[in-house]
Amino acid sequence: MSEAGSSSGSSWQRILITFIFAVVLSIIVISGISDYHVFGAEAPQKVIEGETSLPFWVWPLLLFVVTFVLGIIAVLGGVGGGVLFVPIVGGFFPFNLDFVRGAGLLVALSGALAAGPGLLRRGLADLRLSIPLALIASSSAIVGAMIGLSLPKNVVNILLGLTILAIVVIMFTAKKSEYPQVEKPDSLSQALRIYGIYYEPAKGREIEWKVHRTPLALLLFVVIGVMAGMFGLGAGWANVPVLNLLMGVPLKVAVSTSKFLLSITDTTAAWIYLNSGAIIPMIVVPSIIGIMLGSIIGVRILTVVKPKVIRWIVIGLLTFSGLRALLKGLGIWT
Amino acid sequence: MAKELKPTEEQLAYAVWLDLGMKIGLILLIITFGLYVFEILPPFIPISQLPKVWGLNVHQYLQVTGIQPGWSWLKYLDRGDFLNFLPLAMLAGLTIICFIRILPLYLKKKDYLYGALTILQILVLLLAASGLLRVGGH
Repeated sequence: MSEAGSSSGSSWQRILITFIFAVVLSIIVISGISDYHVFGAEAPQKVIEGETSLPFWVWPLLLFVVTFVLGIIAVLGGVGGGVLFVPIVGGFFPFNLDFVRGAGLLVALSGALAAGPGLLRRGLADLRLSIPLALIASSSAIVGAMIGLSLPKNVVNILLGLTILAIVVIMFTAKKSEYPQVEKPDSLSQALRIYGIYYEPAKGREIEWKVHRTPLALLLFVVIGVMAGMFGLGAGWANVPVLNLLMGVPLKVAVSTSKFLLSITDTTAAWIYLNSGAIIPMIVVPSIIGIMLGSIIGVRILTVVKPKVIRWIVIGLLTFSGLRALLKGLGIWT
Repeated sequence: MAKELKPTEEQLAYAVWLDLGMKIGLILLIITFGLYVFEILPPFIPISQLPKVWGLNVHQYLQVTGIQPGWSWLKYLDRGDFLNFLPLAMLAGLTIICFIRILPLYLKKKDYLYGALTILQILVLLLAASGLLRVGGH
């Protein structure tokens, strides 16, 4: 029975990895096809007069397929959809980065909105912890979005590439602490009464938590908010280390609160993109539906795939797309 | 102060409204996208022409298409593409509604500090949504 289960698990893995490989390969091929459009983006008249080499419906369809796979990978790799979406779609699809970042924010926002109710009801995401951090991050995200939409495309690409590569380094080096020790909560967190308790099934008991270093965390959330708004990446990759390692929030609460925080941080930035005209429904809607369906499938196959393999795929994808954005920004690989 | 395992009243209220709004928003998004992609409602930008504009930056895109930024899409809700902005704006506006929902709960508990933070958060969200802060591209 267990052999059958293991064999079924390993065939699932083979299918999944082959599928992911096929999609990665196809987006590399697409990048070649779409070069004309990417170049054309800087010469509007040429684009408007130009003919496309592929039927128009291919791109939204391909976008749906790619975001569906990204949704699966994001769940299995334990990362947010936004952090994969922007560099990969921005690097290999013919859409301008302005629209990709707007779509990325709405993708991350939809995922956070969908996850939020369950996390809040189970007490894993904490509203009291979220409100002060969200206020800082969402205000900063407005500034980030306005900076991102004002900078030249090549500068945004360079900064995006560097950020993605920095995220890869964080993924490699950042440690996690399941139940950090907080000897003495700081006075600000005491004044705000930020502390909590949740039931941990793995331990079969309730875990109490409190936080420290709140003022420094608030400062870091200024930076996180600006980056979330500027690149449309979502910010789970930065939220979790700050909540968990700096403030001493238990890992489960940190991950859940981070997801919920995105629903507030990304909202303000999404409004700036929406009001600036940087939203094209044909890019946004297939992406949201694709990544959500992918996430549902990802959750279902979570038990039969090895997280380590998927983690390496995520790191590989991020490194490749981060380099692509950087080289594109530098004019080396356009 | 004793800690309770059960989430607070305001956290649960937030969750209920978020859940309801998110579900309505996503269902509407799928419906409006169907109306758009099958051209049941004619789009403002013909779908077959999209590849000619989606590579432009926002500034060029607005110039070429003649689309006005901000809330002007409300005038074109009879167009398939602009109709999709309705559920998108709903999803983006959901957080504002949830914060408005929990404000009286904080005030009722005399938790004025979180009441003030909630008011500030609502103001920040309203400012972002207002259209006063937008970028015309580069």
